[in-house]
Amino acid sequence: MELLGLYHYWVFAVLLMIGFYAVIAKSNLIKKLIGLSIFQSAVFLLYITMGKVDGGTAPIIQAGVENPVFSNPLPQVLILTAIVVGISTTALGLGVVVRIKEEYGSIEESDIQEIDRR
Amino acid sequence: MIVLFGVFLLSLMVITALAIVRTHHLFVAVILTGIFSLLMAANFFVLDAADVALTEAAIGAGISTVLFLGALALTGEHERANASNRLLALSVVAVTTLIVIYATFDKPRFGDPLAPVHQHVSPWYLEQTPEVIDIPNVVTAVLGSFRGYDTLGEVFVVFTAGIGVLFLFGARPPPRSGAASRNSAAPGQGLRHYLIPRVVGRLLIPFILLFGLYVQFHGDYGPGGGFQAGAIIAAAVILYALLEGEEQALRVLPHKLLIGLMAGGALLYGGVGVAALLLGGNFLDYSVLAADPIAGQHLGILLIEAGVGITVTGVLLSVFHAFAGRRRV
Repeated sequence: MELLGLYHYWVFAVLLMIGFYAVIAKSNLIKKLIGLSIFQSAVFLLYITMGKVDGGTAPIIQAGVENPVFSNPLPQVLILTAIVVGISTTALGLGVVVRIKEEYGSIEESDIQEIDRR
Repeated sequence: MIVLFGVFLLSLMVITALAIVRTHHLFVAVILTGIFSLLMAANFFVLDAADVALTEAAIGAGISTVLFLGALALTGEHERANASNRLLALSVVAVTTLIVIYATFDKPRFGDPLAPVHQHVSPWYLEQTPEVIDIPNVVTAVLGSFRGYDTLGEVFVVFTAGIGVLFLFGARPPPRSGAASRNSAAPGQGLRHYLIPRVVGRLLIPFILLFGLYVQFHGDYGPGGGFQAGAIIAAAVILYALLEGEEQALRVLPHKLLIGLMAGGALLYGGVGVAALLLGGNFLDYSVLAADPIAGQHLGILLIEAGVGITVTGVLLSVFHAFAGRRRV
């Protein structure tokens, strides 16, 4: 049980590195962006995990509940906005990829570097 | 029991992420990303973050998938299998994973109420919300009022990203001989010839819009708010565009209106801040907006959440139309 308490953090580490692997090892630009969004999700998971309190509920105050235990609202606020900002920046990245495809005719990193070298 | 469910969800997420990285078919990878986001949303819900779960479900599983598919339609679905520095990358990743896992042994155990993160300002927010703002949802209170500055910044980031995409796509695609001219046959049609999606979609759209408005205006009392509502409403309009075709959707919400929404929401948010200044308070201090400070807080949060929702809807729809309306080279 003691070790199970760290399982969330291990999954965070593994997901983070799966995303990072996609970013550094794959040459397809869309795949890199997908890897980046996995990386980002892993960070979200870390924050939300830290906010959890044993036996707590979502931080919504209800009348008539005696001594309620709430999970930490602060990480939730941060991540809530971060998700929306994340999709906006991903969209910007996808826009750049589409423009690269239009100008270079390819979204493989090796092709683009070769065209640049010419 | 809940812990076991969480472990199950997390394990599924790792498997999905591995499958996403391994597949060479980008279409499969994007659909798996949608599943990944849905699992993530379920996991957030288990971790008591109802607001975040709602956002992740609407954005990650809905809009992000549509945007990625839109980009795939313009760039091609297959990834070339070339792994030049795979061993190096694998070893870097393995070593880093081990270091991060080693670091986790110093972290407080999962759910520990005495963890440092719960000691600093969080209890203050939980205590002050009923007194100062008097709305049940502490997340909305912190987002809208206590940390209104941060949220204003986030809204402007979203706005800027939307402008960036429009700017990128403002450049005309380079003309290509031959292949480019025959792609004007399909667009604008949507799924008009497919009866079942069309009938089901038409039934669903009003309810999705209604749910979006509920999430928008009920955000003070339950999970919800401008970010989620904006994404849900945008999802409804995107569904309409997929069913009836791009052009029909643009006839309902034209480009100019969308750009107006993008700027108008951000302006509304900033305007509330300036109004508070003019009435003698601090920037984004809603207490001065009405005679009673608590009523002022309610009014302020309602207005800025509306601003957030309007901007998010405008940006997401503009970005969607930018991708969907682009001709493939």
